[in-house]
Amino acid sequence: MALRTLINRKTLTTTAPLGFRGLQTFSLPDLPYDYGALEPAISSEIMQLHHQKHHQAYITNYNKALEQLDAATTKGDASTVVKLQSAIKFNGGGHVNHSIFWNNLAPVREGGGEPPKGSLGWSIDNSFGSLEALIQKMSTEGAALQGSGWVWLALDKEFKRLVVETTANQDPLVTKGPSLVPLLGIDVWEHAYYLQYKNVRPDYLKNIWKVINWKYASEVFEKENP
Amino acid sequence: MASTQGFSLSALSSNENVAVKIELKPPPYPLDALEPHMSRKTLEFHWGKHHRSYVDNLNKQIVGTELHGKTLEAIIVDTYNKGDLHPSFNNAAQVWNHDFFWESMKPGGGGVPNGELLELIKRDFGSFEEFEKEFKTAAATQFGSGWAWLVYKAQDNKLLVIKTPNAVNPLVLDYYPLLTVDVWEHAYYLDFQNRRPDYLSVFMENLVSWEAVSSRLQLAKKAQAAQN
Repeated sequence: MALRTLINRKTLTTTAPLGFRGLQTFSLPDLPYDYGALEPAISSEIMQLHHQKHHQAYITNYNKALEQLDAATTKGDASTVVKLQSAIKFNGGGHVNHSIFWNNLAPVREGGGEPPKGSLGWSIDNSFGSLEALIQKMSTEGAALQGSGWVWLALDKEFKRLVVETTANQDPLVTKGPSLVPLLGIDVWEHAYYLQYKNVRPDYLKNIWKVINWKYASEVFEKENP
Repeated sequence: MASTQGFSLSALSSNENVAVKIELKPPPYPLDALEPHMSRKTLEFHWGKHHRSYVDNLNKQIVGTELHGKTLEAIIVDTYNKGDLHPSFNNAAQVWNHDFFWESMKPGGGGVPNGELLELIKRDFGSFEEFEKEFKTAAATQFGSGWAWLVYKAQDNKLLVIKTPNAVNPLVLDYYPLLTVDVWEHAYYLDFQNRRPDYLSVFMENLVSWEAVSSRLQLAKKAQAAQN
């Protein structure tokens, strides 16, 4: 479809290998570690399926929706533009959330599980009392989430404070507040843990802290909070 | 407008729970009876852990409250609260949904229905194939957790396919449920991983109990006639 578009219409840029008018489409980012590197907290089987099947599917469907959106926008087809919003939120949200997630995890030998130092560590103690209290809060809210979704540690840029939030399905964090910046997200969709932990989501939540990459969360925090 | 809510819907599932505690009913077949299409392992977790948890947690939530002693269907409608969900809704509806799901399947199931049900499917969808396509599409495109349903809409005397998120079911939407498929990931992940469409094909080809669907349709029409 993209090729036919290039042949039939003038392109406004010379580099548009996919799509018309340089429509930016997306591809699966590599994981910064091997599939087995987070074991035993998260199994290699889950990491591979999660990355190669689930994340890839969000990207494939997001690209499809973006192409359809581009066509509808060009034609001035307002009702199709509106109809596509949910597919964009689902699949674009899925891509955004999982891209953050892979950075939120790290093998133990690369610092996974090491508590945050510096300003984030201090801010966590200030906001929640202790790291343990934050972990307890996120685990409890993650376990209680009905259906599919995410639990987040976020920086509220407007009020300059840390908050714990949950989102449903693949809703991005900004749907809970436009000034929220995600520092750490934990996927509690069943696909994130089922093959290993089955119905016992609390065990997944207990173990994932061993591979949480607090260094990345600190970097994001310090960038927003210089 | 005719409503399903004035009539006891407990006839549509066999869960006539007026007892004080909601019980976990077993599926109407052994846990390995749906092999190889739905594994024993899946049933052990899906019924033995998930469904059981919904029952246990619901009982804990309702003890000592005004919901205690009500029928399951009454609890569902009360806690749905016109969409402003009370905390017990998820557990109550999921107990009912899973009872209904096990009873929607049978060993040696699948294929095509016959009799009046087939005629109505052809009338309202064009053909059985078009119904199947619409049902599988609804189930495949329910984003996140949820269910797909074949329902009877009394007001229009019509069969419809709908999809619902999380625990929502047709009882609270004023339809008579006839068939369901669970598309929460726990329903298919052990057997099919991410391949929900494959799970849905296997469900349609090998698991659907058209007898259960037909008898639910008969009950729904009788219930509707009794109201008119």
